[in-house]
Amino acid sequence: MNFTLKIWRQENAKAKGRFKTYKVENISPDCSFLEMLDILNQQLIEDKIELPVDPIAFDHDCREGICGMCSLYINGRPHGPEQGTTVCQLHMRKFKDGDTITIEPWRAKAFPVIKDLMVDRSAFDKIIQEGGYISVSTGGVPDANAIPIPKEDADLAMDAAACIGCGACVAACKNASAMLFVAAKVSQFALLPQGKVEAEKRALAMVAKMDELGFGSCTNTYACEAECPKNISVENIARLNREYLKAKVKKADRKREGGGFG
Amino acid sequence: MTRLNSKIPEGPLHQKWTNYKANQKLVSPANKRKLEIIVVGTGLAGASAAASFGEMGFNVKVFCIQDSPRRAHSIAAQGGINAAKNYPNDGDSIWRLFYDTIKGGDYRAREANVYRLAEVSNNIIDQCVAQGVPFARDYAGYLDNRSFGGAQVSRTFYARGQTGQQLLLGAYGALSKEIKRGTVQMFNRHEMLDLVLVDGRARGIIARNLVTGTIERFAAHAVVLATGGYGNVYFLSTNAMNSNASAAWKAYKRGAFFGNPAFVQIHPTCIPVHGDYQSKLTLMSESLRNDGRIWVPKKKEDAEAIRAGKLKANDIPEEDRDYYLERRYPAFGNLVPRDVASRAAKERCDAGYGVGPTGLAVYLDFADSIKRLGKEVIEGRYGNLFQMYEKIVDENPYENPMMIYPAVHYTMGGLWVDYELQSTIPGLFVAGEANFSDHGANRLGASALMQGLADGYFVLPYTIQNYLADQITVPKFRTDLPEFEAAEKEARDRLQRLISIQGKYSVDTYHKRLGKIMWDYVGMARDEAGLKFAIDEIRKLRKEFWENVYVPGKMEGVNDELMKAERLADYMELAELIARDALHRNESCGGHFRVEYQTEDGEALRNDDDYKYVAAWEWKGSDAEPVLHREPLNYEFVEIKTRNYKS
Ligand SMILES: Cc1cc2nc3c(=O)[nH]c(=O)nc-3n(C[C@H](O)[C@H](O)[C@H](O)COP(=O)(O)OP(=O)(O)OC[C@H]3O[C@@H](n4cnc5c(N)ncnc54)[C@H](O)[C@@H]3O)c2cc1C
Ligand code: FES
Repeated sequence: MNFTLKIWRQENAKAKGRFKTYKVENISPDCSFLEMLDILNQQLIEDKIELPVDPIAFDHDCREGICGMCSLYINGRPHGPEQGTTVCQLHMRKFKDGDTITIEPWRAKAFPVIKDLMVDRSAFDKIIQEGGYISVSTGGVPDANAIPIPKEDADLAMDAAACIGCGACVAACKNASAMLFVAAKVSQFALLPQGKVEAEKRALAMVAKMDELGFGSCTNTYACEAECPKNISVENIARLNREYLKAKVKKADRKREGGGFG
Repeated sequence: MTRLNSKIPEGPLHQKWTNYKANQKLVSPANKRKLEIIVVGTGLAGASAAASFGEMGFNVKVFCIQDSPRRAHSIAAQGGINAAKNYPNDGDSIWRLFYDTIKGGDYRAREANVYRLAEVSNNIIDQCVAQGVPFARDYAGYLDNRSFGGAQVSRTFYARGQTGQQLLLGAYGALSKEIKRGTVQMFNRHEMLDLVLVDGRARGIIARNLVTGTIERFAAHAVVLATGGYGNVYFLSTNAMNSNASAAWKAYKRGAFFGNPAFVQIHPTCIPVHGDYQSKLTLMSESLRNDGRIWVPKKKEDAEAIRAGKLKANDIPEEDRDYYLERRYPAFGNLVPRDVASRAAKERCDAGYGVGPTGLAVYLDFADSIKRLGKEVIEGRYGNLFQMYEKIVDENPYENPMMIYPAVHYTMGGLWVDYELQSTIPGLFVAGEANFSDHGANRLGASALMQGLADGYFVLPYTIQNYLADQITVPKFRTDLPEFEAAEKEARDRLQRLISIQGKYSVDTYHKRLGKIMWDYVGMARDEAGLKFAIDEIRKLRKEFWENVYVPGKMEGVNDELMKAERLADYMELAELIARDALHRNESCGGHFRVEYQTEDGEALRNDDDYKYVAAWEWKGSDAEPVLHREPLNYEFVEIKTRNYKS
């Protein structure tokens, strides 16, 4: 198969970027999208088509759809045309021979471009640091089977926990909101007895951090769910909203009673 | 002459760890605040260690290559994690997990370490559940288990096909909590380039900031490497693209011994290679062997017809199928250990019974299980794996059997460590896949996750104190010491030299060539002539690499090719050590199969009289041969036998 690729090139965070056009030929339909970029880079390096040689920078690691590192915006969609698939698992057979394919980085204020197609997603780590965990230390915990957890709850928690933190939800959202990402983490713990203790504090702190870091607000267009490679459901956003409201009300009550809120 | 002291504590097996903990030195809370620890790597081993050190009050600096600690290679583990909980009441115990691991490792692991691993396995499950890891549960709400190879009990805990992800996110949560508390400082997109020794002790690292390109110095009282395995030396493997051996290799060149480098695990169930553009191989979890049956056609004509595309798997009637694992190993059947299953697949394919376009594949068939349990049950158990298979191969595994073939997956070998997980460099500790410690010559499924978390949560937090207790009066190190300066200069010069070659071929071109030599001669079947040939070829290739590689770009800014070149330069040296180790070990054991040493029916033939030891190699310089040190393995508690999975 042959393709024309329009790829976003940007030297570094401060530089101005632009599209450049490349051609790749004789690509096997079984080739993955990232392998197609490998082939292009190999040509740039060995055939020295243009000087100075500057291979295309993009993030990737597991190439199995689980690490969340790959992050390409293809023809206007995060991770490209196939639903429920990260770009590392997208194969060229999903395109038509002769297609022109536009490849861009995630675009969001909170995810500045590092180089070409590589962005800085540390904002996600900062949100998690605000409470995306159960504050238990190593050791001194009860037997794993001490608390039975209904299978349905465990399954729902697992559905939410399947988030790979790639940021496609943010890239898909016209407001660049991180609501689905935050909701998935908050939901996972809100569904489990172990997580309930800190549920309120967690919801308030993570949402506050998300706002502070420049992510937009959620206006319920659900583009995030449609583009999520792990099919994380927007029901989690509803759950987050409930948790958040509950927490707000409690916090207000406590203030009235003169107590503080951690 | 040997300098190896494994420091195994006194006492009966089940009391060694208790005795150790009772007698070790501790560091008081006030003193912990004065001490600094560097942890390199944020996979299960590194993240759990760093989080635990932070909770204890040490000052921790932690490093990873990826943009977030949550993306370490551990995230990709699918199948599960072992523990001796015996929840299913099927006869499991700490002893049995210990025994299975020793036997699975073909009697080439240290008893005391393995026993401790089995002992703390249960704490790991408790810890992870407390962290909110959503393990699979049954309808009563209790934890569910499944079976993995090399075991006759169900002791594997799992979170769908994403166990590694969930365990790593648990450890990442704990790490994030400590980052927020300020005890841990995170350095993402940083790659360690060298280890710094001051007066013979590990005191810091040199790392490259992968965004700005600056080379930075970091000092500490102790250094922990949790940098994963070296399977990518073969180019194609199931490891993530960024998995590499460089941190361990630099430590080796600074004096840490390398243990059993030849012990590489080739996993039986991976999606076969399909093109030369391929960048990595995809694992189909071993858990599939719970419900999948492995077979090839009984008749060569059928296999030939399948390869030519004239017949399909489903056209072969039951009586013409050879379920060769069930035939050869009735007691364990499809659940024999990995090394045995991989060799059996290779044997059938080499004999002309392989399927798929290349003939390098066997079937993994779920038809019987789907008939017995229904499609929903199978989907519930393996849905995401089936989906992954279909995406890659473009064929529906519910209707046609999967095609699978062995691929490089895991490295049992690694930096040599004593019982405390300390290397031969004082103050340098090694955890997780990066060390050689617990799996002998073959690792059982679901035991790497167990080992990584055991090392990080429950072993290092104790043993590192025993070392640091003597360091409380040592003030914080400054990075302007001449040792740091020299190490930084060396690292910078090496990178600069790679850029200045300006040759013809890309790093990948050389990496693929190295991978081919390794797979062909240092892979599943090794022999003396092939290994000698491989060593020659590797040397030639290494020379050519240093003369003709082309690394574009500059020292500054993002430069992936530069980092790939740095890693490949190390693989070129490590590859030779792997081949040498394989050549010196005149026996077959576990994943190391020497064609000259096999029984009449093709099973591995161990030589306990001469090779019941850990081979620990010492670097002696680029032009000198490495020196072999032997750590004898004394089996005081188990009786050594020939592994038998037949009856
Ligand atoms: C596809 C797959 C499936 C698997 N499934 C299972 C399973 O079901 N059960 C099981 O028990 N095991 C499984 N394994 C094995 C297991 O996942 C690994 O052995 C284990 O996760 C290794 O963990 P680790 O913490 O030692 O290292 P890793 O997870 O490999 O982490 C290495 C860390 O070191 C960092 N690093 C490396 N080099 C440097 C450097 N120079 N500078 C800075 N940082 C560096 C990396 O960034 C990373 O953070 C599987 C392996 C694969 C490949
Ligand atoms: S590279 Fe890991 S999810 Fe795509």
